[in-house]
Amino acid sequence: MTDTDKPTSSSSIELLSFRVGGQDYSVDIMSVREIRGSAKATSLPHAPSFVKGVINLRGTVLPIIDLAARLGLQTGDKPERNVIIVVDLGARTAGLMVDAVSDILAIPSGEIQPPPDLATDNARTFVSALTIVDGRMIRILDLEAVMPPQSEEVA
Amino acid sequence: MSLQVLAVDDSRTMRDMLNLALSSAGFTAHLAEDGVHALEMLEVTEPDVIITDINMPRMDGFRFIDAVRSNDKWSRIPILVLTTESADELKAKARAAGATGWIVKPFDPAKLVKALQMVAG
Amino acid sequence: MSDPMAEIRASFFIECEELLESLQDGLQTMDDGDTDPETINIVFRAVHSIKGGAGAFGLDNLVHFAHRLESAMDEVRTGRFHPDGEAIRLFFTCADVLGDLVRAARDDDTVSSDVTDPVLEKLEKLVGVEEEAEEDLDFTPTTLSLDFGDDMALPTLPDLSALPTPEPDPADAPLPGGKGFTIFFKPDPALYLSGNEPLYLFRTLRDLGDLTVTCHTTALPTLDQIDAATGHLSWTLTVHTEESEQAVREVFEFVDGLCQLDITPFATVPSATLPFPLTATPFLPPLSPPEQPASTAMLPDPTTVPETLVAKDTAVRVKPVETPPSESSAPAKPSGTPTQPHATVRVDLERIDRLVNLVGELVINQAMLSQSVTEAGLPPNSPISTGLEEFLQLTRDIQESVMMIRAQPIKSLFQRMGRIVRESSASVGKEVRLHTDGENTEVDKTVIERLADPLTHMIRNAVDHGLESPDKRLAAGKPREGHVTLTAQHRSGRIVIEVSDDGAGINRERVRAKAIEKGLIPTDAQLTDGDIDNLLFLPGFSTAQEISNLSGRGVGMDVVKSSIQALGGRIAITSQEGKGTTFSISLPLTLAVLDGMIVRVANETLVVPLNAILETLTLTQDDVKALGPQAHVVQIRGGFVPLFDLGAELGYRPPQESYVGGIVLLIGQEDGNRAALAVDGIEDQRQVVIKGLEGSYGPVPGIAAATILGDGQIALILDPTDLVSQASGRTRSRPPQHALAG
Repeated sequence: MTDTDKPTSSSSIELLSFRVGGQDYSVDIMSVREIRGSAKATSLPHAPSFVKGVINLRGTVLPIIDLAARLGLQTGDKPERNVIIVVDLGARTAGLMVDAVSDILAIPSGEIQPPPDLATDNARTFVSALTIVDGRMIRILDLEAVMPPQSEEVA
Repeated sequence: MSLQVLAVDDSRTMRDMLNLALSSAGFTAHLAEDGVHALEMLEVTEPDVIITDINMPRMDGFRFIDAVRSNDKWSRIPILVLTTESADELKAKARAAGATGWIVKPFDPAKLVKALQMVAG
Repeated sequence: MSDPMAEIRASFFIECEELLESLQDGLQTMDDGDTDPETINIVFRAVHSIKGGAGAFGLDNLVHFAHRLESAMDEVRTGRFHPDGEAIRLFFTCADVLGDLVRAARDDDTVSSDVTDPVLEKLEKLVGVEEEAEEDLDFTPTTLSLDFGDDMALPTLPDLSALPTPEPDPADAPLPGGKGFTIFFKPDPALYLSGNEPLYLFRTLRDLGDLTVTCHTTALPTLDQIDAATGHLSWTLTVHTEESEQAVREVFEFVDGLCQLDITPFATVPSATLPFPLTATPFLPPLSPPEQPASTAMLPDPTTVPETLVAKDTAVRVKPVETPPSESSAPAKPSGTPTQPHATVRVDLERIDRLVNLVGELVINQAMLSQSVTEAGLPPNSPISTGLEEFLQLTRDIQESVMMIRAQPIKSLFQRMGRIVRESSASVGKEVRLHTDGENTEVDKTVIERLADPLTHMIRNAVDHGLESPDKRLAAGKPREGHVTLTAQHRSGRIVIEVSDDGAGINRERVRAKAIEKGLIPTDAQLTDGDIDNLLFLPGFSTAQEISNLSGRGVGMDVVKSSIQALGGRIAITSQEGKGTTFSISLPLTLAVLDGMIVRVANETLVVPLNAILETLTLTQDDVKALGPQAHVVQIRGGFVPLFDLGAELGYRPPQESYVGGIVLLIGQEDGNRAALAVDGIEDQRQVVIKGLEGSYGPVPGIAAATILGDGQIALILDPTDLVSQASGRTRSRPPQHALAG
């Protein structure tokens, strides 16, 4: 499968863009393992509300993160949020539940900028960089920050 | 012509290496773990040459050489001693025990082959 | 395999671990007062073999250290040095450092000379081995590289036909010119007795350059006087070569001192009189008894070739070698080794894990199949059902066999603990002896690996805080030397590991006071001794900084407890004042499967480990009693057991209105206490494959792991003891003060 190593040539970066809570986000395509439809998750006791639970991904236990809830976005009642992006971060794998997958974008690395220092933006801590594509702002997700906290913090 | 070599060493790594070096050189390697095992193997194989370690459990190299030399059937088989020391004292000791030559560990495969050539053609 | 040397290297490190183990064993035996020379030999050989292999791979640091240690061991072996307790302790330290060096070499890491040098210094001071600079030079590791290529092109042994043809006319001898050597060679009789053979030396010499051989037969006695074992011949050899005199001398290395040898740089044309035909039979056919004529020696000797061996060659790595019919067609040699003891196969752990996973999948698939069969409404005695039953049995057998591959003796872990005891006792100035028992108990490899940290912690604790100082021990009428005992055994389908010390036992008053001070228990808490002991496992009971002046235990025991629980294990503590403390760890045999009861709670499916369930019961009006404003107890045969609502404890729903008519699982815990878990229904009882949550998500309170059920859904596996220990115990609806779920 894909490995998480970024391409050495820094000329451009490929992003998988998707919509969640009405906003455009993206992740480095190198960390995307697969995209799959939603499945009924088994809920985890004492888990943070943004952790939907775990699903069976071909024999492995995959935690599912409700990304809208994680980012503190308005979800409304959107039953169509049924796409899961399976991402790898180091040795960990998790599924990000999003509204829909949009596109694969090749962005020249020069066009990627750090997020403006807006301390009030709730979602800012989850965004590692920004870019503009066709006039739309695409947020590049900080996967590290999005992942469910490990061990102690869970309890 | 494939030289039949009986290699005796209690270290598995050393046996593996001897085996690799010998078979890479086109020789047939027979491997034994110590003197007792080697004597058992001598009963059923006919090596052209023996390579033996000194420090081994059950029966060490010197006693093994002595056993080989005192048996008429095997007394003429060239025996090379594997030693980590190249000190003259050890050579003298090996020779006194009846060894034909010696190989200093860690051995260089080319030297091993040359040593075998010197004693067994 | 692509790289045989890499394979041998990997195997070398495995062998090193074995050698380090026998080194430890040997030292332990010596420490126990055994002075059997073979014990010392074992110790010596272990170091010697590590050195030997390390040299072959150019692991200089390892060679250097092993060499010094070997020299010291040699002093012991030869009786020049008699080690006392202190010396053996130093040997243990050396063995530990040697182990470090081995692992560092394996992992391409280094061990600082700050670690190795002081140890070596001490060693040499103690044992009094003078530095053998010369020997160190002698033992220059040469990295073994095999450069024969694929075609096995060895530095070709001279084909006899390629040797210089005997040439009767000296005029046709190779013209002198360029560089070369004239060699006069006269073997002593001893040369032949040593198994050396002039012909082979000449052939080797021939590799250096053009060779002319002249045999002097003047000393030859008449035929009837020839003694095969005595040499009567001498030779003059001329070799044309660019090689140095050293290279020529090397050819005669083995016969140095067994012959008269004069080597002079090429000067004049040798007066070749009678060139010796090199194509002749060797003077002493290697395999022929001396009294036998050479010709008969070439015949196969049926007595030495048992035909049974021909079929036994499968285990031997023999490279097929073309055997052209040669003039010395020796008897066909069996290529098999007669005895191949301890036949083992080394397998990459990853492959085993893959097998374990596959078998796990098989179990899941089988469960799905069973479910389909049941849903199809087939009668239980139909051929499909019985076939499935057999399938189930087979799967279990396979699973067990696979698990056995992963099992290994716990000995390696115990030996590591020996080092912990030595190091920690030295650092706190106590004398401690470690006893081990049940070292050969087989435990899943992963369990062994993951036990290392908690066990290290516990052993340190025992030395550090469990045992008293030597003075206190003497005052208490105990021997100066403290004892720590580490045991392992199989007990009713689980592995039980115990760490005990003969120290002062837990100072319960201080533990209690500490817990109150920390706000962990109310000041008026009524606690049994067992309750107090268990306070040590509470997170926040103590931290490393605070413990140093506390005579009790508790350095991170909560961490120990959670690591053990992560392995599906339990830890219990018993302590007797003045006598000591015992920690007992009980672990499942395998991490991979579990017999579970499938239960339903608030529309969620959960698995409860079967071995935790004492019984299941349906509650009647009389069974359930209210206790206080929020809790219930269940009356079972005269005893009272606290009731826990599983759905509520897991945060799935608020406590039920009534538990009458409900189903409860009676859970037995490690400490002997019982608990009743209320569930909505029991669905099935079956084996499930354990899927850890730690790797993907992290630990979940009250949950041991997850599994995949027959319908492909994930179900959580309950950790009843953990659940109960963290439970609120609320079984009555009351407005909660704070939400349960975070």
